Amino acid sequence: MKLLSILLLGAGVLFADAPTTIAIHNARVIPVSGPAIPRGNVILRNGLIEAVGADVAVPADAWVIEGDGLTVYPGLIDALSTFGIPDAAPAVTTGGGRGGVPAQQPQPAPATQTPANPPARGPEDRPYTTSWVRAADLVRPTDRRIESARAAGFTTAITFPPRGIFAGQGAIVNLAGEKPGDMVVADDAGQYVTFVTSPGFGGGFPNSLMGVIAYVRQVYLDAEHYRLAKQFYNAHARGTQRPEYDRALEGVLDSPRVLLPATRRIDVDRLLRFAGEMHLKALLYGLPEGYRSADLLKKANVSALVSLRWPEKARDSDPDEIDTLNVLELRERAPSTPAMLAKNGVKFALYSGGIDRRADLIRAVKRALDAGLSADDALRAMTLSVAEIYGVSDRLGSIEKGKIANLVVTKGDLFQDRTEVKYIFVDGVKFEPVEEPPPPGGPAGPTTDVPRGGNQ
Amino acid sequence: MKSILLAGAFAASMLAAPPIVIQNATVLTVTKGTLNTGSILIRDGKIAEVGEKVSVPADAQIVDASGKFVMPGIIDCHSHIAADSINEGSVSVSAMVSIEDVLNPEDIAIYRALAGGVTTANVLHGSANAIGGKCTVLKMRWGKDAHDMIFEGAMPGIKFALGENPKRAGNPTGQRIGAANIPARYPATRMGVEDVIREAFTEAKAYQQSWKDYSEKVARGEQVLAPRRDLKLEPLVEVLEGKRLVHAHCYRADEILMLLRVADEFGFKIRTLQHVLEGYKVAKEIAEHGAGASTFSDWWAYKLEAYDAIPYNAAIMTRKGVIVSLNSDSAELMRHLNDEAAKTMKYGGLSETEALSLITINPAKQLLIDNRVGSIEAGKDADLTIFDKHPLSNFSKVEKVYIDGQLYFDRDHDLAERPVQDAEKKKLLDKEKEQQRRPAPGAARRPAA
Repeated sequence: MKLLSILLLGAGVLFADAPTTIAIHNARVIPVSGPAIPRGNVILRNGLIEAVGADVAVPADAWVIEGDGLTVYPGLIDALSTFGIPDAAPAVTTGGGRGGVPAQQPQPAPATQTPANPPARGPEDRPYTTSWVRAADLVRPTDRRIESARAAGFTTAITFPPRGIFAGQGAIVNLAGEKPGDMVVADDAGQYVTFVTSPGFGGGFPNSLMGVIAYVRQVYLDAEHYRLAKQFYNAHARGTQRPEYDRALEGVLDSPRVLLPATRRIDVDRLLRFAGEMHLKALLYGLPEGYRSADLLKKANVSALVSLRWPEKARDSDPDEIDTLNVLELRERAPSTPAMLAKNGVKFALYSGGIDRRADLIRAVKRALDAGLSADDALRAMTLSVAEIYGVSDRLGSIEKGKIANLVVTKGDLFQDRTEVKYIFVDGVKFEPVEEPPPPGGPAGPTTDVPRGGNQ
Repeated sequence: MKSILLAGAFAASMLAAPPIVIQNATVLTVTKGTLNTGSILIRDGKIAEVGEKVSVPADAQIVDASGKFVMPGIIDCHSHIAADSINEGSVSVSAMVSIEDVLNPEDIAIYRALAGGVTTANVLHGSANAIGGKCTVLKMRWGKDAHDMIFEGAMPGIKFALGENPKRAGNPTGQRIGAANIPARYPATRMGVEDVIREAFTEAKAYQQSWKDYSEKVARGEQVLAPRRDLKLEPLVEVLEGKRLVHAHCYRADEILMLLRVADEFGFKIRTLQHVLEGYKVAKEIAEHGAGASTFSDWWAYKLEAYDAIPYNAAIMTRKGVIVSLNSDSAELMRHLNDEAAKTMKYGGLSETEALSLITINPAKQLLIDNRVGSIEAGKDADLTIFDKHPLSNFSKVEKVYIDGQLYFDRDHDLAERPVQDAEKKKLLDKEKEQQRRPAPGAARRPAA
């Protein structure tokens, strides 16, 4: 905590032209942690929320923003993201064609982690594993998506290295800063797991979904054995052969939780069972079929991260090919997932799925609202619930005294498409949304059809 | 713990169901002859009584099956339905993977299998490796979650494969070995397949020993670290200890004998030889080993090693004392295993009961579940299929299928539901078309700067 405040003070100094004390005066305040304040003040000092309420005084040294007609929300948190990691941007921003794989379901990149040659012969070769990579070491304030994400209302992202079976450890990052270190709020958000497979029989282990699951199981067994072996060695070093250092297992052991992909109800069932068997603290992500899975999640008391990238018919699909009833139902009902989870008392958060334009974000949230989610629940699922799921609700997620000064100030309700975002505060530093660059190649949105497995 | 609770809940729901009496049918019990006008009382998911006359409880649901034929639910000893992946083909020994991890209870092939009268299937890993993945016996409980489909108490299995499939994967390009920069996977010959199996079991024995040594040291009070658990070797140790059944894909007589010798040498049993199209040549040796044979009636010549096949295979092996079953290996063939069984009456002269045994009690014996299923006897699971005609006639159709006394397929209900589903589908399609015509709200707008 001490380190954190030094960091934030540093940030304040670095933004030389930014005032360190700001008062938003007479605005409607939605703290999320408590009832709305129809007319109140929010005082920001040194990157933290110093005070909030109807009666708090405006300090003499504060830069005052008149809040008449404005609403103050906690900054949105993208619960599963690659924002801030420039290499993780979808292909469109790095010159590739459209129709690439969404950022949250990447293909393994050959360069760093894939043993291209020779192919993995089994779990012992640790295929598609970079569990030791930390998003905190990869984030850059120069990632071009940060500005548009901020304009969409995001002030924080739980950002993860995107590629591999054990892709790496996520970080909780604020979406502003001069240096990478300014951005990091926490460097241990959890291990991001995707179910990628090698192509064909000649590409090495694993090349099937069951191979990936067997691999993940073996790695967790190995990690536990490694932990015990190190413990044993430290107690009986003399006369004992030392355990071989394994960075893949170090990365797994360092992760306080694991994120597992689940598309269909059967994935949810499968992975909840797996997490129970392996005693994992797991979050499930994706969940377009979450509307059918609430009972399972509730029973297992596992939190869900729901992608706002709702499944849509592929733009280039064969017009003569008629989808099955299951696929049609999935597309129709996926946006009712958040409402169903809320109704069943499942803890959940919403994530952008790579959507970083405000218009697209609002459109995606609106579909969930139209399907029965209350605006309050939607806001909570993008603020305080995210912070609670990742164990950082002591510093993020609501407008409360002492928390990090991440705010969105709007003229109107946040999730109305006509609402103008006036200001965004990140670590107490004020930003104004800038004109978005035209989307490269049409409006952002899903380019792939409903994934057959959620695990390709 | 959780699974016990679930199984308990499942049993409780069955307890609540009223008894069922299927009346006046021709009952093909398979093991106890045929009743021309028989009835079956189902209670608590089990067959409570079967005979010319059975007691009829006051609260019983009566199913009039006059003119119909009831047989035990069909058992398919070789299937690849209901799973999201089948082959982990990247390695020669993929014993670490498990079909149970990827069960898909929503695979429509399950329902279609029910429509063909199948109630139980042995869902196998594919044949890309000398030693493949772990396998699971399922009941076709359509509508249940994955875990509730598993045949509770059935011994799990593992797939082995000999011959062209495991050695062809040694050359995944289908071209010259080493072409296209894809390294060949060992083995590329039948000799190599044998070697892979020998090596794997040699390793497994050493692994088994390391745990024995560990237990002894712990018993002596020594402070030692447990060995690393190896998911690839654990199932092979289970095979050595008789806790896991080996289902071996094979074709040629020479490789069948090879495998039986290797198994004898390492001290384990081959539970079933799968496909085993040249089994008729070595039926005596198969019977001596105690292996079952699960074959096709007349499916062959799809590759070189499948050429020396004859339609008399099932009958000849049966006469030589092998327990023989007919399997599907296909979601399509799975729907008419009764027709396949009938062919063995023409080719080989099996009796009606022997033919029916090939798809009921024999696969049950092969899977060690014949105490539960495979025939119509009091005390067994109420897994029953009602046909409108004799099931060995290829004019017959499945009308109703019961598993654990619950109705899982009903032809009349299916036919009635089709227009309902079609209407639902049309509604969704029309809605989607409507939405595509309309520009999405807010899509073109951008927030003011």
